[in-house]
Amino acid sequence: MLVKYKLFLVFVVCVLMINIKSFGSEPAETSHKEATAGNHSEALQEEKFNAGTMIIDHILDAHEWHLMTIGNTHISIPLPVILISDGELHVFMSSRFHHGHSTYKGFKLEKEGKNKGKIVKTKAGTDETDENAPLPIDLSITKNTVALFFSVALLLIIFLSVARSYKRNQNKAPKGLQSLIEPIIIFVRDDIARSAIGEKKYEKYTPYLLTLFFFIFINNLIGLIPIFPGGANLTGNIAVTMTLALFTFFITQFLGKKTYWGHIFNTPGVPIFMKLPIPIMPVIEMISMITKPFVLMVRLFANITAGHIIALGFISLIIILGKINMGLGYGITVISIPLSIFMTFVELLVAFIQAFVFTLLTALYFSAAVEEAHH
Amino acid sequence: MELISPGLGLVFWMIISFSIVVFVLGKFAWKPILKSIKDREQSIENALQAAEKAKEEMKALIFNNEKLKKEAIEERDALLSEARKIKDAIIEEAKVKAKEEYNRIIENAKESIAYEKIAAMTELKNQVAMLSINIAEKVLEKELSEGSKQQDFLNKLLDDVKFN
Repeated sequence: MLVKYKLFLVFVVCVLMINIKSFGSEPAETSHKEATAGNHSEALQEEKFNAGTMIIDHILDAHEWHLMTIGNTHISIPLPVILISDGELHVFMSSRFHHGHSTYKGFKLEKEGKNKGKIVKTKAGTDETDENAPLPIDLSITKNTVALFFSVALLLIIFLSVARSYKRNQNKAPKGLQSLIEPIIIFVRDDIARSAIGEKKYEKYTPYLLTLFFFIFINNLIGLIPIFPGGANLTGNIAVTMTLALFTFFITQFLGKKTYWGHIFNTPGVPIFMKLPIPIMPVIEMISMITKPFVLMVRLFANITAGHIIALGFISLIIILGKINMGLGYGITVISIPLSIFMTFVELLVAFIQAFVFTLLTALYFSAAVEEAHH
Repeated sequence: MELISPGLGLVFWMIISFSIVVFVLGKFAWKPILKSIKDREQSIENALQAAEKAKEEMKALIFNNEKLKKEAIEERDALLSEARKIKDAIIEEAKVKAKEEYNRIIENAKESIAYEKIAAMTELKNQVAMLSINIAEKVLEKELSEGSKQQDFLNKLLDDVKFN
């Protein structure tokens, strides 16, 4: 049953990933060409639209929350910058940089090169980047951090209020928000926790899995909303997926019982020459121990980022063609808008599937860790 | 900020926020929610089981009722047939008794008839005897005056007189 489920899931994920890749690569490539072609003429033509830069800027983290640009005026929310440099703490608003045009307290927002978008130190008294100085430790409240706080607040509000309605409606049918959430809670409990970990131990790990599932799911959904405070690419940020994967990794190792470590260092059913004198199997098992969370990290990151790239790609298409010819721009909306609507629906599915896959795999790793010998 | 190199700041905030979410939701949301769902499932399960049990009991009750009814019918039949037998026996007995009584009455009647007959006979005999004596007296009064004729007359009378 579980194996069938997993196979089906892997298939679905593969198909989706292939689709997204083939969809996603096109706009990205054209925009790269655009980018190289655009660099020369940028000095001459200030308002040249660069789809590649625009897309990458949107899916990356930033020190300000850019809302829109009207003419030459950027409308954005400045966010606090927190830096630790040479043991000193610096806190100021990112508006001090004036979108990277000015230097403040010996720091500036790099606009070019390998540190693009990062805060770097300047040579004393000048506006030039100090190439030799180490990068300051940047704990700024960035765009994604704000999105993170927003989603955390949303999660707490939703689930604490749902918990309250559970207390109020003891042994009664669910009502309102509670009835919307309950099927998903039961899905996570029965189809993820119970089926992966087993009847005996699932109850202990269900709360963590529920938190993980709803955290990813709600952030995926918020990411699909294009207006503030949605639209940040939080679950498509490698730092976020890495942290989630590390949580899974450390909890798995922490839970690891005798059987789990036995499987790694003394894999049963494998001839002895695979383990001694050269520990081939232990090394392979150690690698797989590390690849598991790595794959979790990359899968979520790639899926959500790809979704954002596609959505932005379709919109960019309208603008690019609109710059060439106004009629062409309006004409392409007929194709572009339905396609982006279609992709948004696919992304809704992906939002759920990715949350499900991440949680299910986490549950499976936990289950392997707490498994008891049954040979 | 590059696409595939994790930003330290975000990792830092993420660890803090996610830990808080895991802790707060685990303690104040999932615990009561999961408990409440489990309780509800338990109560539904119990209610279903109780309904099933009630159904079973109902079935048993109906079966028992059927059995009781059947037994009652059997008993009634038995009683009826017994009553019928008793009735037949009583009638039979009555018949026998009546016959006996009848026989006894007939016997009595016969006896009394016979007795009356004997009594009547006796009286008749006595009457005849008295009559004979009277006749004899008269004959004797007459015949004795005539000698031989007396003898003849006496003989003749005696010849005529027969009992019965």
